[in-house]
Amino acid sequence: MSTSLKAFTIVALAVAVGLATAASPFASSSPDGLERVAGDHGFIDDGRLHAVQDESPIPDYAMPGVDNPRVATGLAGFVGTLVVFGLAYGAGAVLRRRDRPGPAMPTA
Amino acid sequence: MHIPDGFLSPEVAAATGVVAAGTVLVALRRADELLDERRVPLLGVTAAFVFAAQMLNFPVAGGTSGHVLGAALAAILLGPWLACLVLSVVLLVQAFLFADGGITALGANVLNMGVIGAMGAAGVMALAARLLPRTRAAFLGSAGVAAWLAVMAGAAATAIELAWSGTVPLGTVLPAMLGVHVFIGIGEAVITVAAVSAVLATRPDLITADVPPLDARPLPATGAPA
Repeated sequence: MSTSLKAFTIVALAVAVGLATAASPFASSSPDGLERVAGDHGFIDDGRLHAVQDESPIPDYAMPGVDNPRVATGLAGFVGTLVVFGLAYGAGAVLRRRDRPGPAMPTA
Repeated sequence: MHIPDGFLSPEVAAATGVVAAGTVLVALRRADELLDERRVPLLGVTAAFVFAAQMLNFPVAGGTSGHVLGAALAAILLGPWLACLVLSVVLLVQAFLFADGGITALGANVLNMGVIGAMGAAGVMALAARLLPRTRAAFLGSAGVAAWLAVMAGAAATAIELAWSGTVPLGTVLPAMLGVHVFIGIGEAVITVAAVSAVLATRPDLITADVPPLDARPLPATGAPA
């Protein structure tokens, strides 16, 4: 990884984590497009959680055990962004290595 | 636009699940050839940004909100196949960690918010590169149009799946979904153009879509030692 790519990655990740942590507590809590349509046309109550979601670690983007709702949302955003980054980066690293054991890196 | 469990019939959940899983399998098989050294960190960063952006609901008309889907942005940065993987990771984490979007509906959500937008946006960008002048303005304009269309196509697909499930008549749900997502799509377009122009200004070499020659502006040195 060239230095400037590393810098780009760190800055972009910081922007994502910052937005998810600091801006998400102030996002609109109105129903989204599909929820609005479902409410207007009488099928919102058809929606339910799957059994495995009863045990969701961070249900509805609110960190359990945190009383302040804005802090709970910000913490959920912080954790979620890092989990998603780690999973996607890790998947990319694993997928890239597969079937390519040799040093086939382009000289960039 | 996350469909929870209970909105779709088992048949529609299964059919959309098969299409989504098939697309993800193809993307996984092609990932090795598509992922060069630079795209592995970009895959992580794009997924993180899409997740963050999806948390930022903005108000649209009449007590409704919308959020960015991010498939068009991911497709412009990474190409449609890697974009499908990015959206799949985001939607998987949302469903299992945050109880946002159903488990049996996960395939439909990957299809509506990932596959359709990513493929559609990549198609729009490829078409625009052939038909429009090769300028920065045309490129960014195309990105905005691709983002808006990705949201509209995802909303239409959601409406069709709900109608096919017998949940709500198509004549009711299709205009309702398209009507509200006209505005949400504008938000998607604005944020997509802003993010693409930020990457264009810093690391245009990271963009997979056919970037116009930017020789009117000084290019930052890429890969230069610090």
